[in-house]
Amino acid sequence: MSEQSMPLSWRTETKPHKFCPGCGHGLVLKALGMAVDRLKIAERVLFGCDIGCSLLSWDFFNLDTVQTHHGRTVPFIVGAKRARPHLVGIAYMGDGGGYAIGVQHLVNATMRNERILVIIVNNTTYAMTGGQMAPTSLLGQKTETTPGGREPDQEGFPLRGPEMIASFAPEGAYVARGSVSQVQRLSRYLERGLENQLRDRGISVIEALSTCPTNWRTNAVDTWKYLEKEMTDYYPLGELVSPWKKNKAEEEVVRL
Amino acid sequence: MINQPVTQEEKLLTRSLEGEKRAFMYGNEVVVWAALAAGAEFLFGYPITPQNEVMHYWSRLAPRYGRGFLQTEDELSAGFAVLGGIMAGARCFSATAGPGTVLFQEPLSMAEMMRIPMVLVVQQRGGPSTATVIYSQQEVFLTIFGGNGEGLRVVYSPGSHQEMYDLTIKAFATAWEYRFPTLVLGDGYQAKMREPVTLYDPREKGIDLKPTFPMVGLKGVPGVDREPAHWRNAFSVEEELYEVLKPIIDDFHRAAPSLSEKEEGFLEGVELIVVAHGIVGRSVRSAVRELREKDIPVGFFRPITLRPFPDKDIKNVLTACSRLLVVESAQGQLAKLIRIAIGGELEHSLKMYTYFRPGLGITAEEVVQEARAILNGEREKDASVALL
Ligand SMILES: Cc1ncc(C[n+]2csc(CCOP(=O)(O)OP(=O)(O)O)c2C)c(N)n1
Ligand code: SF4
Ligand SMILES: [Mg+2]
Repeated sequence: MSEQSMPLSWRTETKPHKFCPGCGHGLVLKALGMAVDRLKIAERVLFGCDIGCSLLSWDFFNLDTVQTHHGRTVPFIVGAKRARPHLVGIAYMGDGGGYAIGVQHLVNATMRNERILVIIVNNTTYAMTGGQMAPTSLLGQKTETTPGGREPDQEGFPLRGPEMIASFAPEGAYVARGSVSQVQRLSRYLERGLENQLRDRGISVIEALSTCPTNWRTNAVDTWKYLEKEMTDYYPLGELVSPWKKNKAEEEVVRL
Repeated sequence: MINQPVTQEEKLLTRSLEGEKRAFMYGNEVVVWAALAAGAEFLFGYPITPQNEVMHYWSRLAPRYGRGFLQTEDELSAGFAVLGGIMAGARCFSATAGPGTVLFQEPLSMAEMMRIPMVLVVQQRGGPSTATVIYSQQEVFLTIFGGNGEGLRVVYSPGSHQEMYDLTIKAFATAWEYRFPTLVLGDGYQAKMREPVTLYDPREKGIDLKPTFPMVGLKGVPGVDREPAHWRNAFSVEEELYEVLKPIIDDFHRAAPSLSEKEEGFLEGVELIVVAHGIVGRSVRSAVRELREKDIPVGFFRPITLRPFPDKDIKNVLTACSRLLVVESAQGQLAKLIRIAIGGELEHSLKMYTYFRPGLGITAEEVVQEARAILNGEREKDASVALL
């Protein structure tokens, strides 16, 4: 499959999708769709999306999908996976859902090493509600609730989610940060996250740096610059915890 | 096939009981045996007194009967895990109390919107806030109307361990038949007290526990062999929501008459009807019996479902005798439900007396005393409830 065409697991009937032009969500979902295609696991996947712009993906895929509540996608997927372990559970959410209202779920699911894949889309803002500050908003970033820019004294420092999770990730967990500026690389991380679950090794938590030109109020050039420069400077890309890293031989055998 | 046939059938057939078993046990233990007998596969829960022993007993018994257990990080997580498990095709449930019941409102509202047959046992404790871990009847409104919605739930209020057993099993049957979240509203006294109960296998009694089925993780490749299952609870415009919600509300109202249940007694020539639910109904029943032995014309009415409320039945009773005494361990939550149930119809003839003891137990002696005082003309009609 070429990189340009739609992943098989995309649902053509609901394309073009509902995200704004220039939005990163579509690219994260493309990377995910490619990973699902490569692993040929569409029949087993349960895709859960949060409230936030992620909810616009409720009919995005040819995958069984449940749109849940803000911050609650992780426990929902945990419940499904615990009850029916043959499912491949994916919890897809924004940085507000993952790191603010639902952070206790993320932390505890990691502690328990739940066999699920958590994808957190970091667009440095609460997009769906109109661009308020998120835990990930950068210092100085102007949002609707930090009109003068985010101040560390008042609002604290931006949260590095994967680093936090990596600090206590148990044996078998996979933690990475990718970006929509590198879709193939992001897709490879997602594939590994899924495979980690297929191998019953542990939780996978993958953050995807993403764009929100609508709330950032940026043109195409500035959007991309913000993503590739400001965001990536503060949020470095890479695999933070990987069961593959321990074993060089296994590193190559990504496909089952 | 990737979708291996799961061990669901096997699990449901794992019998926890054969024949009838007479036992003497705590209310929380009764809940666990009922859930096992009803074929519950998974409990997701978070500790809170006075329901802790539900989790304690379940975590010991579950492995023996091939059932699952997970202690989650909070009640939100427990509730959403229950929803995930049910949508994946497993019969799941939880139990909670007080502030936990507050947190459960979020998953309950999702269950209402998406017709997910979630079962929740609530053992009421004192409120508001942390209050006591012991007892109250203050979670009536919370269990019925707690969500951001229309109260599309079924709420059973058991008055004995036997009913705790029967109604917990029935809650599973009701939830899976009507696909509304179903709650069993017990209390700390019932949870922590021991009394005799007869356990049985519901299938031997012909109770129809509808089979579970997955709403996701269906057979066949989605988009190739079949349509993908897409479920949501968020809508773009008012009309879109209304189109989805209206049939749910209609279904609820259509089901209401066959769901509502009550117990009533000593209604011949009655001059005062005492209304109570749950454990207070026991005190009322014995008080009424005692008064009748002395030829004092008192009767009782006990709603077993608080939602849907047995409207017609209470109206019938109150048409025959418009003087009633509402007794509850809360400040008028049941009294307000009665007001709603009878509507404007009996408004003018109704003489409502109240005995409210929020967070306190109520004995038969207190009820006897109140009833006598009312019949002797020593009590004022309660004006505060009229100002609903
Ligand atoms: C309990 C609850 N609180 C608040 C909201 C309102 N709300 C909807 S989306 C959202 C934030 C979304 O931000 P994020 O999770 O980062 O997703 P994004 O839209 O940026 O992709 C909030 C606060 C809600 N739906 N539920
Ligand atoms: S508001 Fe932002 S995150 Fe939401 S769809 Fe538009 S660009 Fe994407
Ligand atoms: Mg966001």
